[in-house]
This record gives sequence, structure tokens and C-alpha cells, in this order.
Amino acid sequence: MTHDPFRLVVVSAGASDPSSTHLLADRTAQRAIALAREHGRDVQLSVIQVRELLPELPQALSSQFMGPKFRAAIDTLVAADGIIAAAPVYKAGASAAFTGFFQVLDNDLLIGKPVILAATAGTSRHALVVDEEMRSLFAYLRTLPVPTGLFAAPEDFSSTALTQRIDRAAKELVLLMESGFARSVREDSWGSYQHEYGSAGGTEVGVNFDTDLMRLATGGSHRPT
Amino acid sequence: MQFGIMSVSDITRDPVNDYTPSEAERIRDLVRIAKKTEEVGLDVVAVGEHHNPPFFSSSPTTLLASIAAQTERLTVTTSTTLITTNDPVRIAEEYAMLQHLSGGRMDLMLGRGNTGPVYPWFGQDIRQGLPLALENYNLLHRLWREDVVDWEGSFRTPLQGFTSTPRPLDDVPPFVWHGSIRTPEIAEQAAYYGNGFFANHIFWPKEHTKRMVQFYRQRFEHYGHGTAKQAIVGLGGQTFIGKTSQEARDRFRPYFDNAPVYGHGPTLEDFSTMTPLAVGSVQEVIDKIMGFREYVGDYQRQLFLIDHAGLPTDMVLEQLDLLGGEVVPVLRKELESKRDPEVAANPPSHTDLVKAKYGDAEPRQPRPNANRGDNVTGASPYQDSEGAEAVYPTL
Repeated sequence: MTHDPFRLVVVSAGASDPSSTHLLADRTAQRAIALAREHGRDVQLSVIQVRELLPELPQALSSQFMGPKFRAAIDTLVAADGIIAAAPVYKAGASAAFTGFFQVLDNDLLIGKPVILAATAGTSRHALVVDEEMRSLFAYLRTLPVPTGLFAAPEDFSSTALTQRIDRAAKELVLLMESGFARSVREDSWGSYQHEYGSAGGTEVGVNFDTDLMRLATGGSHRPT
Repeated sequence: MQFGIMSVSDITRDPVNDYTPSEAERIRDLVRIAKKTEEVGLDVVAVGEHHNPPFFSSSPTTLLASIAAQTERLTVTTSTTLITTNDPVRIAEEYAMLQHLSGGRMDLMLGRGNTGPVYPWFGQDIRQGLPLALENYNLLHRLWREDVVDWEGSFRTPLQGFTSTPRPLDDVPPFVWHGSIRTPEIAEQAAYYGNGFFANHIFWPKEHTKRMVQFYRQRFEHYGHGTAKQAIVGLGGQTFIGKTSQEARDRFRPYFDNAPVYGHGPTLEDFSTMTPLAVGSVQEVIDKIMGFREYVGDYQRQLFLIDHAGLPTDMVLEQLDLLGGEVVPVLRKELESKRDPEVAANPPSHTDLVKAKYGDAEPRQPRPNANRGDNVTGASPYQDSEGAEAVYPTL
């Protein structure tokens, strides 16, 4: 089992093609793949381009209806061992497309999964968006963001410092994927998180009958005959 | 298999001609719609419960009693009765009265509603919505089965020696459905008591319905009420029928696009793909509804939402003609031919329940003991109640 390839998923909300957000996400992914291979593990890379999901986003936001592309994206995330989440910043926060995508996911979809948070912007004035804004969203989703957040303004793309940070973040991600933390959480303590029936992308179908509500549903402690 | 309609009782502006009916018109028209439902050969009319405009159905038993009085065969029911904010004692009393007046042509569906602000209007707390629903039903269940109830719970005043009147018709409680979209505790309660389970089947993709119904069926079997396939299942649904699929879509689209809940969101086409909404020609609607059985199994009741979103009454009546005249007869025939013979065709009627309880014997007809002078009969309220009646010496 340890020889299964890691499933690495890039979620990029870059708006253009090519985009600097895609570029940053892709450099990070390639670095993580290289490092994982050095550790003897292959990587299967999937890329979710949020831009392609935008036609389905309004109804997902308004009525929780997930279109076919959204469902495919969710299935990809369910299976992910690690995630690289990259957002463009236009106005002092991750783009609406990026936050919109993560806002509609089930609360328990990404529990314990290691994530590299990455953002690009037209100016370095947005540099704290990754650690001050995106990190709190991913904390709410109970993911495991790696310690190194990535941010790149135009001047960073040619600097070796960004390359070093990418390398550092990628290393952190690979180490966390290797630790099997997300899988252990899923196996050992999944029940201690809050779930709804059919949540976690439709995979959460276990029902705990040993609860006060279930006892109440069945007539309290008294069962009439 | 029973077919019928379910009304939310919304009073909505007709987006085509900008006309908003008055409360008086909509109340009158729903009674017309109900009578027409019987005329065209359908079986059931269900009405929701709301306590704020733009809805009118705050008092479902009054409305349903009137409908029952003006029809011969129709079963009247609810979609849903709020088991959260109604006192279960009042539900027991009101629906037992409806059961008597309708001659047993009724049942009821319990739900939690979709309007958060209702809770404080009736002194309840929405955060307790689910435990309220579960506990209230536990009490309701006993009030209809025990002449004298001692009870204590978390949400209402304890009861000591309480008798809910009138006792159910023939001392057989009305059949109860529990409605839920994604709450396994509700399905569990339905299964535990051997009651029916009704899936909303309107706002959610079929995967949710399938999952919940499967869960309910397994638990129904677990509690020994029969095999999983024999559990009593009902589904909601929505149709709009036209001469051609294009005509159906053209006529329905303005109402869909402006519908209060899902309007201004997904397109009619996307919504039709992702949910059970069936808009099209007679054959298309038949095909889509025939597909429901594929993922829930043989089921006993299918209700359609057809009088909502500002659709004018004439159009609703015309839809009923098409539904009763062309769609449902085909569905009845085809579903009946596919039905597993070990599965009941219909949910239990009052007659079925009487037969199950008494066989060929005469049903119990409770007659109260004499008023003791203080307007109560004490702990032994009926002449055939167990326990000794208090005898007061003549002085």
C-alpha cells in the first residue's frame, strides 16, 4: 500500500490562461513531485481549474446543487493525499471564485489533508492574504496547511527566494503526505468530527446509533411492545 | 399505488400577468383543486403548514375537514404538520377529530418545516428542532394508543393521568409519515415505529433520496416490521405537462424562473437534469416518474407539487386533467405490473388498520364514564378502561 502513488490535487483559481496563479501552483506541484520521487514515491497529479467550474458556481452557492463538473472536482478532492490551493488576489483577499469554490464544499470533505496555500497578486501589498485570510478558511475546513505559505508578486517570479520558499513548502507537503496523517484521522478518529448524513462528498454514510438523539428517535430508553 | 397532489399553500404573484390572488381566493381555489383531484381519479391531497404570509395554511385540519366533507374517496393529509412547534397534545386532538369527521380518509406527515422564525413564535428554540421533533412524536404516539398517559419530557409540561380526546376513530391511530431530506434520526424514528417515510424529492438530487430511503428500509427491517422492500415509502415530485416538451417548457418557464425557492438560480433544463422535476410531454413525464422506482424500490404514494409559484388556478386544473387523464392511468398500470407481489400496493388505509387490529371483530367504541361533577372522569375515563372505576357512595 505504501507504494501507491500520492494523489496530489492542484486547485487553481487563476482567471486567465496562462496565469501567474497557475504558474505558481504548477511550479510548486512539479517541485513536490520531484521531491516525492526522491523519496521513492510516484505522484498522480490532478488539476482543478476553478475557472472551468464557474458556470456551475452560482447554483452551488444558491441551492447546493452541484453540477457534473463540480461533482467530478469533489470526487477528486475526496481521494487527494495532498492539495495545492492557489488563488489570485485582486482586492485584499483571495478571489471570489477561489473562496466560493471552497465555501460550498462539505465541511468535512478535507479533514486532515495537507495543503499548500499559495497566492499571487499584482503588488506585494497583498502579501499577508495567505497567512491572515486563506489560512483561517483552511483551518475552518480542518485541513493541515503547511507552515510555509507561498505568495508571489510580479517581482518574486524571478527571485531565487521564491524558489526556495516553493522548495520548502513542497518538502513540508511531501513529509505530511508521507506521514499518512489524513488517512489515520479518517481511520481512527473520523467519528469525533461533525458530519451530516451524505456529507464528505457523499462518502459519509455511516450512522452512529449510540447517541442521545438516536435513543430519543427510538422512544427514549423505553421500547413499547 | 396512490397518486395525489401536495400544496405548499403559497400565495405568489403570477409572473406572467402580474396578478396576486387574495388569501380568500387561494383558500377557495385550493378546495376547488382538491375536489378536482378526486374528480380526475387521483387519491390524495396534502397541504403544508405555515404561519406567515405569503402562505395561508396555518390551520390544516380545518381546511382538510372541509375538503373531506366535500369529497367521497379522497385521502386528506399534510405535507407537513410541524411536529416541532405544535404541542403534540393538540396534534393528537385535532387530527383525531379530523379522522372522525373524514371517516378515516386521512393520515398525516410530520416534518420540521423550512421556516426558522416559526420556532420563537411558538415559544420554541430552533437549536432544539431535532430533539423536539423526536420527543414530540414519542408523546403523540402514546397519546393515540393509551387512554391514560403519564409522561415527562424535556420540552413541554409533564402530563399526569391525561386522556387525549376524542380517542382515534375505532381506536385505531391515524397512519403517520415522517418527512425528512437528510436527517437519519427521523428515518430511524419512522423505522422504529413502523411508520411511513416520505422523501421531499423536490429540492435535492436523487442520490440524497436514494440514500435516505435505503437507510429507512434497512432499519424498518431491523425493527421487525417486515422486510426492507415492504417499508412504506412516499415521494414528492413536481410536474408540468404540455402537448409537446417545448410547449410544456415554454409555459412553465416563467413560473420556474420566478419560483420563490429555486427561482433566479439554476435553469429549468439544469434543474430538470439534476432533480426529479418532470416538465415535458405526457410521455416524457411518464418516463421520468417511472424512473423513481428504479432508485427507491416499489413505493406506495407519489405526491406532486403543481399549484405553486403563481400558477393560475385554471392552469392547475388543466394540469390535473392531464395528470389524472393521461399520465397517472399509465403509471398505475405500468407500476402495478412491475410491483413485487410481497410489497403492499398502497399505504395502510383506515380500513386496513382496523382489520389488522380487530380482524372480523367489532372495533372498540370508547364511551366515557360519567362526569364526576368536576368535569373529569378520573384515571379510568372509559367504561371499558382497565382499572376500577371509582364508586362514589350515595349519601
